[in-house]
Amino acid sequence: MRDAVADLAVFEPEEGEIMEVSMGPHHPSTHGVFRMDVKLEGERVVRLKPVFGYLHRNHEKIAEHGAYLSAIPYTDRLDYLCSMTNNWGYVLAVEKLAGIAVPERAEYIRVIVAELTRFQNHAGLVGFLLQDMGASGTPLMYAFREREKVLDLFESLSGARMMCNYMRFGGVRVDCSAAWLAEVRTLVGRLPQFVDEFENLLRVNEILMARTQGVGVLPRALAINAGVTGPMLRASGVNYDIRKVDHYGIYDRFHFRVPMGEHGDVYDRYMMRLLEMRETVKILEQALRDIPAGPVMDPKVRLRGLRPKAGEAYGRIESPKGELGFFLISDGTGNPYRYRVRPPSMINLTILEDMCLGENIADAVIILGSVDIVLGEVDR
Amino acid sequence: MSLPCPEEIKTQIEAGVPGAAVSVIANGSPSAQHSLLLDHAHARAVAEFLRDHAEWRLDYCSLMTGVDWLDAETSEKVKVKKVVKAADGSESEQEVEEVRKTKKPGYLEAVYHLFSMEKKHGPVVLRMRTRDRGDGARLPSLTPVWRSAEFQEREAFDLYGIVFEGHPDLRRILMWDGFVDFPMRKDYVPPVDEVPVVAPQRPGAPGTSSEARR
Repeated sequence: MRDAVADLAVFEPEEGEIMEVSMGPHHPSTHGVFRMDVKLEGERVVRLKPVFGYLHRNHEKIAEHGAYLSAIPYTDRLDYLCSMTNNWGYVLAVEKLAGIAVPERAEYIRVIVAELTRFQNHAGLVGFLLQDMGASGTPLMYAFREREKVLDLFESLSGARMMCNYMRFGGVRVDCSAAWLAEVRTLVGRLPQFVDEFENLLRVNEILMARTQGVGVLPRALAINAGVTGPMLRASGVNYDIRKVDHYGIYDRFHFRVPMGEHGDVYDRYMMRLLEMRETVKILEQALRDIPAGPVMDPKVRLRGLRPKAGEAYGRIESPKGELGFFLISDGTGNPYRYRVRPPSMINLTILEDMCLGENIADAVIILGSVDIVLGEVDR
Repeated sequence: MSLPCPEEIKTQIEAGVPGAAVSVIANGSPSAQHSLLLDHAHARAVAEFLRDHAEWRLDYCSLMTGVDWLDAETSEKVKVKKVVKAADGSESEQEVEEVRKTKKPGYLEAVYHLFSMEKKHGPVVLRMRTRDRGDGARLPSLTPVWRSAEFQEREAFDLYGIVFEGHPDLRRILMWDGFVDFPMRKDYVPPVDEVPVVAPQRPGAPGTSSEARR
């Protein structure tokens, strides 16, 4: 028996036995229309090239043809799970370009909706990741139960569950009611218990640890050089959170920690999401405690017919997936001369091959799952 | 520590990379993110200088993108003195207004936004400009310096047609391989693919000549 196992361990496929597999574009593990051109030696990945663009609709060109205002609903459709943070990234860039200030209350509402977005994104991601590992259904349903409540709140605030189109340069579209804030408080009060439950479900599960620890390791230096951002970067042990670095909005007023990993493997990336959910709850509690009364829009801002002075600006935020940035060039007319999205999902895919080389093909699925991509943003 | 002003960065680059020609391009918007225009020959060396600079440590290239600037034609009215022949044959010097047109050839531009993850500052904006928008649309690739430019330079190649020399894997990324044009260029004309759909006519269908009218 012992000998048979030893034989298996030294089994090497003969030379030339390379198999090419095209995973996708409709593979269930790719979370959308995404393809991986994989070369396999036995079950080991020896080459992996991501292929995407199936959802490409030239979002940037569309935005360059429209007014500054008309790009906001299009940003909803980038990362369609996180429309609120997409809105924020764009309006922040416009505010930098045109020098617009935002009222205090609007800043608080932005933080509240952005952190709720982060929470439901991370819950969803962990659910999907566990689903990819074969924990069919249960974790995903747990995650979606809480996500549902967040989306209900978004619906009562903005009128839409996913395509919120809520923020405007100079503030937010409508004020939230006291009843809405009370509902958010009730939900936020329940979230720590949910995270506990969700964490206890599988955190120390033997199979989960065996499949994720030491798999898909992303070294720190490569992560920095490849421009990886968000929870993925922090899982590799780099302390870089744009909420802390840039203090955009009012993030300097909140106390929260930036969780960091040590190993940069799939397990660290999974834990990173769970830990960030806890920090998000902290921010939400503080924002809900401190939110002042007042206007939510700067009345002097011309939403329609905004014509910023010729120049350019790059605005960026910490979206749930990483650094979401918008680069705008104005030529003094009513529509942007250049409109560019820095999509964290796409740039985080740069090192997908490096993480998968030498791993099993089944692990490529969970490594991709731990990157957290949304194809609407990758392809734009 | 925070970053010095662009002029100071320019001076240090020119001291650190011999022969590099850098010029500061002012940004008129309130963001005041001024940029540095690099020459092609030293761009790679300048990029490495900035990445490895002991105080700045610009180890993170966040955003790379292309911009298309079309040929610009400016016309101005100038008064010129000219000898004018009158009808009777006499010559006199008169001031005549003339429209002079100056053509500024267009170019494609690559823009890089650099930050430092170690020192937590930025951005430093780098620009490179191609010679023209045709065969001369070539720039040195900075992917060997910052890996994060790999997909983004591919995208600029795909959508703007900038050829990055030294890029390890320059292929189309969002459009398909057989596609010929560059859709993000300002003079791109999208193909008209709304061909009117004509339903195949069947004998006996309403409106056809073979319809039996009773």
